[in-house]
Amino acid sequence: MTAAPIHLAGERLMLDPAGALHWPATGTLVVSDLHLEKGSSYARKGMLLPPWDTHATLDRLTLLLRRYQPRIVVALGDSFHDNEGAARLPAGEIARLNAMTQAHRFIWVQGNHDPTPPAGLGGDHVAEFATARLVFRHGAIAGATGEISGHYHPKATVPARGGSVSRPCFIADARRVMLPAFGAYTGGLDVRAPAIMRLFPRGARVFLLGKERLFSFALGTEMRPEAG
Amino acid sequence: MRGTLPELFATWFASQSWAPRPHQLAMLDAARGGESVLLIAPTGGGKTLAGFLPTLVDLAETPRPGLHTLYVSPLKALATDIARNLLRPVEQMNLPISIETRTGDTPANRRARQRAEPPNILLTTPESLAVLLSLPDAPQMFAGLECVVLDEVHALAGTKRGDQLALGVARLGTLAPRLRRVGLSATVAHPAAIQAYVGAARIISVADGAPPDLSMMLPEGPLSWSGHMGLEAAPPVMARIRAAGTTIVFVNTRAQAELMFQALWKLNDPTLPIALHHGSLEVEQRRRVEAAMAAGRLRAVVATSSLDLGIDWGGVDQVIQVGAPKGVSRLLQRVGRANHRMDEASRAILVPANRFEVLECEAAMLGVAASELDGDPPRPGGLDVLAQHLLGLACAAPFLPDEVYAEVCRAAPYAALTRQDFDDVLGFVENGGYALAAYDRWRKLFCDSEGRVHVRSARIAAQHRMNIGTIVEAPLLKVRLVGKKRFGPVLGELEEYFASLLRPGDTFMFAGRLLKFLRLHEMAVECAEGGTGEPMVPAYEGGRLPLTTNLADRVRGLLQDPSRWDLFPDQVREWLRLQRARSRMPGRNDLLVETFPRGDRWHLVAYCFEGRNAHQTLGMLLTRRMERAGMAPLGFVATDYVLGIWSANRPENIASLFDQDMLGDDLEAWMADSSMLRRTFRNVAVIAGLIERHHPGADKSRRQVTVNSDLIYDVLRKHQPDHILLRATRADAAGGLIDLARVAGMLARVKGRIVNMVLSRVSPLAVPVLLEIGRESVRTADDEEKLLAEAEAIIAEATGEAAPPHRGVPDRSGVKTIHRGNAGRLRAGAEARKNMDGDAKRNPAQANLFGRIA
Repeated sequence: MTAAPIHLAGERLMLDPAGALHWPATGTLVVSDLHLEKGSSYARKGMLLPPWDTHATLDRLTLLLRRYQPRIVVALGDSFHDNEGAARLPAGEIARLNAMTQAHRFIWVQGNHDPTPPAGLGGDHVAEFATARLVFRHGAIAGATGEISGHYHPKATVPARGGSVSRPCFIADARRVMLPAFGAYTGGLDVRAPAIMRLFPRGARVFLLGKERLFSFALGTEMRPEAG
Repeated sequence: MRGTLPELFATWFASQSWAPRPHQLAMLDAARGGESVLLIAPTGGGKTLAGFLPTLVDLAETPRPGLHTLYVSPLKALATDIARNLLRPVEQMNLPISIETRTGDTPANRRARQRAEPPNILLTTPESLAVLLSLPDAPQMFAGLECVVLDEVHALAGTKRGDQLALGVARLGTLAPRLRRVGLSATVAHPAAIQAYVGAARIISVADGAPPDLSMMLPEGPLSWSGHMGLEAAPPVMARIRAAGTTIVFVNTRAQAELMFQALWKLNDPTLPIALHHGSLEVEQRRRVEAAMAAGRLRAVVATSSLDLGIDWGGVDQVIQVGAPKGVSRLLQRVGRANHRMDEASRAILVPANRFEVLECEAAMLGVAASELDGDPPRPGGLDVLAQHLLGLACAAPFLPDEVYAEVCRAAPYAALTRQDFDDVLGFVENGGYALAAYDRWRKLFCDSEGRVHVRSARIAAQHRMNIGTIVEAPLLKVRLVGKKRFGPVLGELEEYFASLLRPGDTFMFAGRLLKFLRLHEMAVECAEGGTGEPMVPAYEGGRLPLTTNLADRVRGLLQDPSRWDLFPDQVREWLRLQRARSRMPGRNDLLVETFPRGDRWHLVAYCFEGRNAHQTLGMLLTRRMERAGMAPLGFVATDYVLGIWSANRPENIASLFDQDMLGDDLEAWMADSSMLRRTFRNVAVIAGLIERHHPGADKSRRQVTVNSDLIYDVLRKHQPDHILLRATRADAAGGLIDLARVAGMLARVKGRIVNMVLSRVSPLAVPVLLEIGRESVRTADDEEKLLAEAEAIIAEATGEAAPPHRGVPDRSGVKTIHRGNAGRLRAGAEARKNMDGDAKRNPAQANLFGRIA
């Protein structure tokens, strides 16, 4: 796994191919849009998705925690797919989450799916989390700088030989970086959608998630094919 | 009563100057005897009237209210046309018979009325029937049903829509004990299988009319070595169009249709009305073209399989098939679209697009002459369709699983369904069927004390009805023409993937126009007429059918028998002679594998003739083995005829490479991660109801941010690899995209008969596949990483990162699905086009458009 460095507001940040952001200077690991208990949320509405999504997401988070040993973990909102999600957690997953929040300082940023803080899981609940130069919030705000956000589940499609490849991605410019969704069943919104593009009026760079590394492309310019 | 028409009908036939045909009378006899029958007749045989005649006679003799006959067609448009055609005799004989259609387009108030007061004859589609059967009043509506007519049944049997229809008909059989089933089919390779599908007691066959008059036409000059578009043939095709009254030009893909249409218009000096018809065009647009065709207002239409089925048009003088026909049955179906009078020969011209296709066209003509039909027998019914059906039944009324299992087994596709599979499917519908009983609270079905299965809530039922149907499309975006008005007409739909490649200002070819891409707006591709630069042509997934087994066998036979090479044009004969001199010909029962060095690579070319899908699977499996054996394979390309692999090291031990044991662990390992399996899973999950297409009150603009079926697949595969949906996925993939049966069959057939020719250079027969390299390629999920890395590197190299040039990457990106339009000259043809295209109002941009292609 090779993380890619970017610089934002003078800070050096590492983008991890698993879809997380690491801030080495402060020992902070950032993940976004875990959407825990999305499976059971859909099940309530009649779509019986496989029930192991929380398990799968926490497995991947555990690997990252082992790897980076962060002091602080920031979850950028929509950590649960809905407000009652925490109440539906299977007992085993509650125990895993409790162990995580005891070993690391967890900061649960509030998202639109989970406006009410889940009780009994440990960690701090905040509307947004600001440090001297960086601000961590769920949904990006136009005009902000030094902003790290999630919410949109960015994904990008790149033309390649024999077709195209579509992957979740980070998207960044000199002012902000937006994280892909980390949750197991999360879909994505194409980075060319106006909702995302308006936040990057001067163009941006996307980093598509790969197994071992990220794949980086400038947005809106090179991401097009030549006829073959 | 044998062979007689009631007086009223006899008079009417006479007034039309028609004599009742023997099969029409035979159908009448069958009805009087209460028999279920399958009528097999070539197109133009008066099949549809034969199917309805007994109903008309019965209702004329004994008029009564209520639903008497249900007609199901694969095409909405066909149902509408048939209704119109039936009204003519009914009105002219003044019969007291009510006829209505019911499709997805029927307005809600009429649908409600149809349920309360059904017509005598209702014409519908498999999907609309499934919705009717899921309603609580289905038993009342269908209790008195006497006859169900299944039209174009050969096109439905063996498909998921066919599975759904078979389950629906089995249900009708329970609701309406007196039900008689009537199937109408074109001539097929497996009549017994179709008979079983219909559940018919016997087959009434109509002999084929005059044998079709087939010929081959080659473009002037040298024959292409590869490529499938056949655009060089546009001048002779245009000459044939000019010389005939009405022509259908059939092509194999939508991209080819767009390009051929443009190529013909470039030559269309007399501005003949020539139209375009393919499955991505807006329905209204297609209907206008069909109407213009029926009214004799068109000289030609360029069409894909979207016109294979449909209402008979009397006046088509010739069919031109550009590109290889891929199967004898398919060719016959298309040829049958010309001259729908049985006693006259249909005239068709085959235009091969390259020299391998010359062989295939010749083989197809021999196959037609020998009446050797092809096509696989229908496969067993899909478990995903069964899941949808079971929930539908529960929505209508509580049921006993034992009874429903027996009923389902009466549907031919499910005749061999095990009780275990049935129970697993029912379990899936009930609570997801997961080993972890996590969803007991949210189960969709529950059981009462008598063992009856109920649907949990009216909301679940309403949700289900919104999601009925077995056609799952790739994510599509509407193509909207934006003029001065904000909302211009919708021209059709594009795959999301193609739209993602467009940049504002780009020109692309769609619906026979040159369009300039403006922007993506709320799930629509907004564009304007005209555009500059060379156009891109959208391509679509799954557009190509693989070569059938029978036709492949004939091609092999032709190659093997030099005494028949006289059939071929000189260039082809010469090519084959050279091959024989430099290497050898592929045999009918062996497998020729050539290996030769070229540049800094080794090439392996295997002449399997098993069709593209099977070759792709074989390519995946062989490259895995070569990797292990240290041959360092670099890539492969599959055509319908051969598989070509290139590697850094010399391929050796060819016989052991092709050993049957590759179908063991290698296959399992590859399938698990294959993108084809993921795509198949998505379809299965949607049909089975795991993922909903439509949700009440869902916000459309957020459609993309829903669930990701790939991720669901991964989670399910990890935690419950034997889940019923994964089983259904593997069964589907093995039969379709992966075409495992053909791979397995070939490996068994050629065991011990592999001939490896080690050559010093490329052989003549291998040239076409070498030319395909870069144009075609396949990949596994693993390869995606390599492709991304390659795209990244190429772009970095081409752009120097800082100032990207206007036109992205150099040609070696080789994006196969985009085709540059051929430069050429096109004179204005806007006037004639307007006649067949109501949207093309007086628009100066359109005149420009034709100038712009140049």
